[in-house]
Amino acid sequence: MAEAAAVAHDDHHYTSTGLNSWKLGFWTLIGSECLFFGTLISTYMVYKGQSIVGPFSGDVFDIPLTTISTFVLLMSSLAMVLALDGVQRGNRKLSMAWLGVVIVLGATFLGFQVYEFNHFYHVGLGLDTNLLGSSFYVLTGFHGAHVFFGVVWLTTLFVMSARGKLPPSKALNVEIAGLYWHFVDVVWIVIFVLVYLIQ
Amino acid sequence: MSSHADAHGHGEGGHASVGFYWLIGIILAVLTALEVAAYYMHETLGSLEVPILLGLSVAKFILVVMFFMHLKFDSKLFAWVFLAGLVLAVFVVSFLMTLYHVVPGWTAAVTGVA
Repeated sequence: MAEAAAVAHDDHHYTSTGLNSWKLGFWTLIGSECLFFGTLISTYMVYKGQSIVGPFSGDVFDIPLTTISTFVLLMSSLAMVLALDGVQRGNRKLSMAWLGVVIVLGATFLGFQVYEFNHFYHVGLGLDTNLLGSSFYVLTGFHGAHVFFGVVWLTTLFVMSARGKLPPSKALNVEIAGLYWHFVDVVWIVIFVLVYLIQ
Repeated sequence: MSSHADAHGHGEGGHASVGFYWLIGIILAVLTALEVAAYYMHETLGSLEVPILLGLSVAKFILVVMFFMHLKFDSKLFAWVFLAGLVLAVFVVSFLMTLYHVVPGWTAAVTGVA
């Protein structure tokens, strides 16, 4: 009883803002991540069309393939919010199923990215080939690293849920992981248009 | 819209219904299809292509942030913290693009290459 009271105290501790400190801190991190990706996107946009040797973006980009991977990541965001809903309702099977879907879709997106990088490399676009290669690989590589970290994070939540350690009282853990995942998604929404579609 | 601000105290933790999340997901898929259609219709759209693509992208961004990230239902402080970084990032991108792609002679001035 005393232990439960202590846990409840930890989850709803007093803050001067009246808001949960973890959540506020995480939104602050997301704000700073906007600047992180802002600088990488700036670099790509400044160098866009400035390469003096090929291959150029029109030679290597495969829009149908990237459209599919974009769709996969967007749908993973839908699955993420449904997984959070499942945890908040205390529906373990539902939350595990949707968390599993997010993990599979995230891994699929990474698979597309690995294939894309491998293909670009084999048609002659390396990290140091030209300005396109340098700025493209750094920008999309850092985004891919974020997706990879998200997949690992969500896998730990999936295991916790499978062990019955993700009750509704722990929904904030899933909500914060969800914030991270959705942010990774919105960054890709920007990258998809600025890097791939606007030539 | 069957959403409701199911606040858990302190203006936190609101969410929409499952059906509404599916609707947002479908809208996001349709907007993505429109983006790709605009890309392939660039000759028809001409100078409208870029504004259309940016508009669709902004719409998708707003939908995800407002509803999937729950900013629509959460405390305004979260939105301000997020917007602080976002506005600064948009300013940095816009300012650098203006310098390098709009201001005449800027690239040559900083690189020494005409």
